[in-house]
Amino acid sequence: MAYALQQLINGVTLGMIYGLIAVGYTMVYGIIGMINFAHGDVFMIGAFLSLIALTALSGLGITSVPLALALTLVFAAGIASLYGWTVERLAYRPLRGSFRLAPLISAIGMSIVLQAFAQISQGARVKVIAPQIPGGVQIMNMDGFAVQMTWMQMVIIITTLIVLGIFTWLVTATPLGRSMRACEQDRKMAGLLGIDTDRTISLTFVIGAALAAVAGLLFLLYYGVIDFFIGFIAGVKAFTAAVLGGIGSLPGAVLGGLAIGLIETFWSAYFSVQYKDVAAFSVLIIVLIFMPTGLLGRADVEKV
Amino acid sequence: MTPAPRFSLGGGALKDAGLSALVALGLFGAMLGLQTEAAPGGLFLVPRPGLLAAAVLAVFVGRLAWLALLSRRPAVGYVANRRLAEGLRRSGRYVAPALLAFAVLLPLLVGRYGIDVGILVLTYVMLGWGLNIVVGLAGLLDLGYVAFYAVGAYSYALLAQTFGLGFWTCLPLAGILAALWGVLLGFPVLRLRGDYLAIVTLAFGEIIRVVLLNSASITGGPNGISGIPRPTLFGLRFSADGGPGTFSGFFGLEYSQTHRVAFLYYVILGLALLTNWVTLRLRRVALGRAWEALREDEVACRSLGINVTVTKLTAFAIGAGFGGLAGAFFATRAAFISPESFTFFESAIVLAIVVLGGLGSQLGVALAALVMIGGLEAFRDLQDYRLLIFGSAMVLTMVLRPRGLVSGRTPSVALGTRREISAELVAEGRG
Repeated sequence: MAYALQQLINGVTLGMIYGLIAVGYTMVYGIIGMINFAHGDVFMIGAFLSLIALTALSGLGITSVPLALALTLVFAAGIASLYGWTVERLAYRPLRGSFRLAPLISAIGMSIVLQAFAQISQGARVKVIAPQIPGGVQIMNMDGFAVQMTWMQMVIIITTLIVLGIFTWLVTATPLGRSMRACEQDRKMAGLLGIDTDRTISLTFVIGAALAAVAGLLFLLYYGVIDFFIGFIAGVKAFTAAVLGGIGSLPGAVLGGLAIGLIETFWSAYFSVQYKDVAAFSVLIIVLIFMPTGLLGRADVEKV
Repeated sequence: MTPAPRFSLGGGALKDAGLSALVALGLFGAMLGLQTEAAPGGLFLVPRPGLLAAAVLAVFVGRLAWLALLSRRPAVGYVANRRLAEGLRRSGRYVAPALLAFAVLLPLLVGRYGIDVGILVLTYVMLGWGLNIVVGLAGLLDLGYVAFYAVGAYSYALLAQTFGLGFWTCLPLAGILAALWGVLLGFPVLRLRGDYLAIVTLAFGEIIRVVLLNSASITGGPNGISGIPRPTLFGLRFSADGGPGTFSGFFGLEYSQTHRVAFLYYVILGLALLTNWVTLRLRRVALGRAWEALREDEVACRSLGINVTVTKLTAFAIGAGFGGLAGAFFATRAAFISPESFTFFESAIVLAIVVLGGLGSQLGVALAALVMIGGLEAFRDLQDYRLLIFGSAMVLTMVLRPRGLVSGRTPSVALGTRREISAELVAEGRG
């Protein structure tokens, strides 16, 4: 029981990180109907930017951890947004209105470029960072097993909730969010009604990249180890989460992220660590067999 | 279409390039300008202002050059594309036989290394043609094609090691096993469309890889399987002992490693041509036509009474089968396989070959494989930079020619003469 509770805490933490990345996939999919394969690599770039910023700040003598983390968050999200914007501008915008597979291949190419770029500029070896927020709080003690929630986990969960809260407000209550939703429903009609669709799509990428960068920072803090290849694994998992939740659905992405995080953690805890990916993917396949549009996805009505 | 304005080094272009340089400064500032280095006390940063300045300057100059180029190039539109397709169709008549002749004669023209590269390229040509059946003809987006390649390779390796079977016995078995896996994957995904299909196939590819990696007792896990037997030519081995059972002994030749490599080359050439031949024949029969119809419009297919289930499953099975054959060849050529050879990157390359070649075009796939794999080999000395170039080339090709290198379509069946049209005119805008 206590053990399960501990796994629940670990799983939710991991799921939050997946959820943050998954939102970026699902937003882009919703608005232009493409799989943004480079998104996982923007997450990786975000983690690297966080690493550089944290190292630079400690070099500058800023010792207050909350201040350093806040500055890093702003920096990483800002620069990663620029990456998101550039990727869209270079690789996807010229292909708008082209056939479906062209942006996909372009995205795979962009993903390779970003990975190679990180490898060349920062080296292929793993980067290790000292734990920034040590310690934790004991929630309960049952039969000698102490259930612990580290401060780090709490920071991750709270940061994610705040970021997702801001994001929800942005999508539901601002003019930008309204034009995003309009573009998602019918891009041509939105354009006719005076919405700058290109700008809206760009901003979608920018927001998605910023969320991915936040996830990158949290990932770096939680695991303390990154390399140029983390984007692929995390990207595939997050994309799986987005599809599981129903691609195009924002709450679905977070739900899917939590589901994948929990499945992975519980499978590792009770069965085998090696097969945790197989478990996550198998659940995806099984869910899709019975609910072909994911957990919260809308059924696609095809008009002829 | 309005003519593009003449290029001048005026304020517009300079401002544009300046803005690009500014963006580049933002992008590269931290990643290129500061290098993280591990030290005993933790990480520290090494500033690299020179590199950063060079990169930003390169972006500035590159943007100016691009703008200058853009203003000279006539806007590529519908007419230009059609002319291009027409030209390609004419030359296509000669390019394909010329390529074939070159492929047949290659082992006589180049040395050992050249043949090795040829084998590699042909393996990808075969994979490309196999995946072309699934993606190009049936329009099913498969991101896990490497799974079948792996199934073929491991089938041969395990059959050969456990039962001592030879390559030629195992080859069809590997193909059949891979095809069965194709059907197995096909069943659950029949109801899915488009991108849901993509993620499930990707997941399937990863599952196969993880299982291969972790069932160490059977597959050797990360250590893989080594000592996989080489193929024989009608029972003649390619070994140095020179006895009557060997190729060199039987023909009274001096032993040379090149014989074996050239033989492998012809094996994969034969397999690739078999794939091509089967595809071309299948396109003519009802099944192949059903694939292409399915790609264009699934709803129309259903309403015309085409059995969508059977059509999709056969596409999966046949594509997977050829992937399996290529896998068995890969195992016998390398004599060693491990899960590392079957990552998503391979699937992505094969898919890129199919799309860059021009979906559905057999010649395009061959050309794309030649350019991409040959290019990767040619830039081998550049190490890490070669992936950077490779990825950029993928993006650039898509941006400049979104329909692939050979972007023409010839109808499989037509009344009167068959005419090739530009792919832009085909409705297959959605895959």
